[in-house]
Amino acid sequence: MTKPVLDVRDLKKIYGEGEATVHALRGVSLTVHRGDYVAIMGSSGSGKSTLMNILGALDVPTFGSYHLDGVDVSKLADRQLALARNRLIGFIFQAFNLIPRTSAVANVELPLAYAGVKPKERRRRALEALEVVGLADRARHEPNQLSGGQQQRVAVARALVTEPALLLADEPTGNLDSHSTHDVLNVFDQLSAAGRTIVIITHEPEVGARTKRLVRLVDGEIVEDTRQSPIHLPPVGAFAGRHAV
Amino acid sequence: MSFKEVVRFALRGLSANKLRSALTMLGILIGVAAVILLVAVGNGSAKAISDRIEALGTNTITVMSTGRGGSSNTALTTDMADAISDPTMAPDVKSVSPVVSSSATITYEGTDHDVNSFVGTTPGWFTASNTPIGTGSGFTADDETQGRRVVVLGQTVVDELFPGVDPIDKQVTVGGALFTVVGVLKEKSSTGFQDANDTAVAPLSAVRQVLTGYGALNSMLVEAKDPGKVDTVESEVSTILDQRMTKTATSSTSSSTTPYRIQNASQLLETQTATADTFTTLLGAVAAISLLVGGIGITNIMLVTVTERTREIGIRKALGAPRRVILTQFLIEATLLSVIGGALGVVAALVGSSFEIVGVKPVIVPSSIGLALGVSIAIGLFFGGLPASRAARLRPIDALRYE
Ligand SMILES: Nc1ncnc2c1ncn2[C@@H]1O[C@H](COP(=O)(O)OP(=O)(O)OP(=O)(O)O)[C@@H](O)[C@H]1O
Ligand SMILES: [Mg+2]
Repeated sequence: MTKPVLDVRDLKKIYGEGEATVHALRGVSLTVHRGDYVAIMGSSGSGKSTLMNILGALDVPTFGSYHLDGVDVSKLADRQLALARNRLIGFIFQAFNLIPRTSAVANVELPLAYAGVKPKERRRRALEALEVVGLADRARHEPNQLSGGQQQRVAVARALVTEPALLLADEPTGNLDSHSTHDVLNVFDQLSAAGRTIVIITHEPEVGARTKRLVRLVDGEIVEDTRQSPIHLPPVGAFAGRHAV
Repeated sequence: MSFKEVVRFALRGLSANKLRSALTMLGILIGVAAVILLVAVGNGSAKAISDRIEALGTNTITVMSTGRGGSSNTALTTDMADAISDPTMAPDVKSVSPVVSSSATITYEGTDHDVNSFVGTTPGWFTASNTPIGTGSGFTADDETQGRRVVVLGQTVVDELFPGVDPIDKQVTVGGALFTVVGVLKEKSSTGFQDANDTAVAPLSAVRQVLTGYGALNSMLVEAKDPGKVDTVESEVSTILDQRMTKTATSSTSSSTTPYRIQNASQLLETQTATADTFTTLLGAVAAISLLVGGIGITNIMLVTVTERTREIGIRKALGAPRRVILTQFLIEATLLSVIGGALGVVAALVGSSFEIVGVKPVIVPSSIGLALGVSIAIGLFFGGLPASRAARLRPIDALRYE
């Protein structure tokens, strides 16, 4: 078997000191192989975002190890980390995190710019990505001129635009209506069918149901890890008509 | 990512935050312009003072009597003036102009005007005292020896007595005698409270005859052959005066102080320049404070935006921007702001210096431009760069959570 894309061992994350200490993660071990489509579910405050930030190399664990594509992330220098975040990972934040007073298309272009893609090519691909999330007509709008759901779709476009091998999404459909949710999930299904690895946090059972694997977190610990469909086959959602969202 | 791209990013960053950019630039602009202008005003007034003193003539000394009353043994006389103009006793003296002056009332066709100083002197006085004739002519040595009643008027007197009339060859009455106006003095800029143009100049003999009588002289204006000889002339003059005055003063009670005083324009110039330098230093201090205040303003704007910028840096890092690229972008932004703001400040100062400010024509000191620009750019770079470099070092998630 090939080496896993994600491999975390006994991950612990402790916030704060003394009285205010919060154990956000209490020893999480998780291995995700190439092509898997994982949903992480759990109640609010169970540590999902904390885990996701560590997986996205945006944060470091207090204890435990994290190997990304077989490489120990804690040993990477700033340049290599930047490269990994840029080329390997597409990250969708729960809070969108678009750059203010900057047009949607410029926001989507950003990761391509850091990847060294030429401006013309960049613009073309950014517009394509916006097209995918149904926002081609809003390309020139700035974040404060977009609704929450539209901002979230811009964030999705920004994560997709580099065609990353690993897509990490923290509640990407949290602010979307059922129609938009359907559109975004279709994009994820296609990416999964194309062999990309996806980890998605969600509160919605029907979103979790479309993935290949379901992980449930309670109080910083994995309490359930079920395979819903085989890893080497396209996700269930990719078969037309299976869903009635 | 190429440097050109980073520059484009910086420009986009600046235009995305127009108000902040404009305020920062304004802060730098005001700081720089204030420093340059204030120093220029100080320098300009110093220049004005020294110009005025130079106009008095730096190669002349004025001898004044300090004797009380009309006692003849301490008085300056025309004999002394003759002695000083003797080339064997005082080889470095170019000319001596004995001066009497008094206030007088000048009348023309029923209009009166009081002048503070009606001066009686010899023709050499005009050049020695740097008082050129504007229109008409001065009087000649012949006029002086003949005691002709001719007079040269100051501009103020002309304005008062001859509104819209050419005063040349008109006759005015002074002290009951008729004087013919032969010329008008060129207008002088006034020093201090006294109107330098409220004056009239006539031959010494005529003034003595009509106004002051044949008593002591008020002063003597001694002109050296060149400005470097002023000190020699001064000692030559004192030697002559000491001889003359002690000769006549043997009978009187011996006084420890000399009965005359010598005023040297270059000494005056030195003290005045020193005063002006103090003034410039003072204004420089004011300017430095305004630069500091401007700097605090810049710092404030830059620090207030740190939260937002830190979040932005967090996003950029999460999207894969290396620290170096982020730092470069933010340093370019800070540099552009401070350089453009500074340059505009210099332009504003240059424009401002072409106007008179509180009666002074500012004269730019080149080094003040360098100093003001240097300091404000340094402040802009430091406070623009420091938060950025701190934020770029944070983990993306910490930068995103920054408050
Ligand atoms: N920076 C922080 N400092 C202190 N405590 C934190 C911090 N971030 C998260 N926590 C705590 O860690 C726990 C897990 O937070 P996390 O954001 O991972 O929850 P979550 O599962 O994503 O919740 P939600 O579904 O509401 O997004 C929470 O109790 C939270 O209060
Ligand atoms: Mg969360």
